[in-house]
Amino acid sequence: MWKITYRIYRQKGEAPPHYDTFQVEVDPEEYVLDGVEKIWAFEDRSLTFRHACHHSTCGACGMRVNGVEKLTCITKIKDVTQDGGTLTVEPLRNFPIVSDLVVDLGPLYRKMEAVKAPPVHPLSLAPWEGEDIRPPKEVPTPPEGGEYIRLPDCLECGICISACPVAASDPEYLGPAPLAAIQIQGIDGRPELLALADSQEGVWRCHSAFECSAVCPSSVDPGWRIMDLRRQVVAKRLKTVLG
Amino acid sequence: MRPRKYNSKGLWDWFNPAGRDVGGWAFMLSRISGLGLVVYLYLHLYVLGKLAQGPEAFDQFVAAAKSPLYILGELLVVAAALYHGLNGVRLVLNSFNIGVPRQKQMFYTALILSILGTLVFALRMFAAH
Repeated sequence: MWKITYRIYRQKGEAPPHYDTFQVEVDPEEYVLDGVEKIWAFEDRSLTFRHACHHSTCGACGMRVNGVEKLTCITKIKDVTQDGGTLTVEPLRNFPIVSDLVVDLGPLYRKMEAVKAPPVHPLSLAPWEGEDIRPPKEVPTPPEGGEYIRLPDCLECGICISACPVAASDPEYLGPAPLAAIQIQGIDGRPELLALADSQEGVWRCHSAFECSAVCPSSVDPGWRIMDLRRQVVAKRLKTVLG
Repeated sequence: MRPRKYNSKGLWDWFNPAGRDVGGWAFMLSRISGLGLVVYLYLHLYVLGKLAQGPEAFDQFVAAAKSPLYILGELLVVAAALYHGLNGVRLVLNSFNIGVPRQKQMFYTALILSILGTLVFALRMFAAH
């Protein structure tokens, strides 16, 4: 077992924020979220944080761990500190703080709705799966005229928005996850989204820091998708101009 | 209910290196070099204004510009221009979805070429004085 120090961001209502420290005994194989839960269970029941599935499906437990955005349910303690070390846990950036580690993800959800982010999509829409994830090798042929559907990779956890330096200075910017949601549907398939993608707060607001792709826990690679969406937008506009 | 304040440091987050990945460092250096070049542009215009004050004023500046401090300043301009330009090429290519999965390697290339270019300029500039 390791003895580590959790340094946790606290903020309630209008009170000024501060950090509380807790000494916690943990198994290094445990996850950062496990430690936060131990603190809540045995040290301080007023600590507020959000979690649900514990296996990177719900996207609820996004936080900053030692300054870097992480999905805390899949971030092993041994990967972010050492025995006797300190873990600074803070809420996501670029969202309003509700309480302690809980932020209001409403602005992201509203943008996902505006871009008509699909709850499921055809399997063929996500053939590109990142470096370590590949589609199943043997997908049975769908019935005549049918198409398999799948859940999107994006968990809507808000981690990409938190890491984006542009989102820090422009809350109206659509941001990585919503732009990735437009890209996966394609401008050809959703021509009504062209104006939104090609707007001041759309693809052109991105300044290519690629922080979104660096922190995305689900291989969405929003940075790549935004660049591909730019290509789609330019191609569409050129087609319009050239007839 | 009063809307909650965003947990954001605004423009400061553009320059906050904490927790940033390679792309974030490239972004930050691009902002710093770009701002440096804008400042240089105004300094350049100010120096050109010396011409309007007559040959003596300009000669006085030229004499001062030979000091190592000025040369170091000019070298910073060269470094900023090289990096900003080369990283700009990287960003233009990426914007057409060319080489995005290799954006980190493209940044390292731009950075190394900028450092090498700056060294060449440094040798020539300091040798000339």
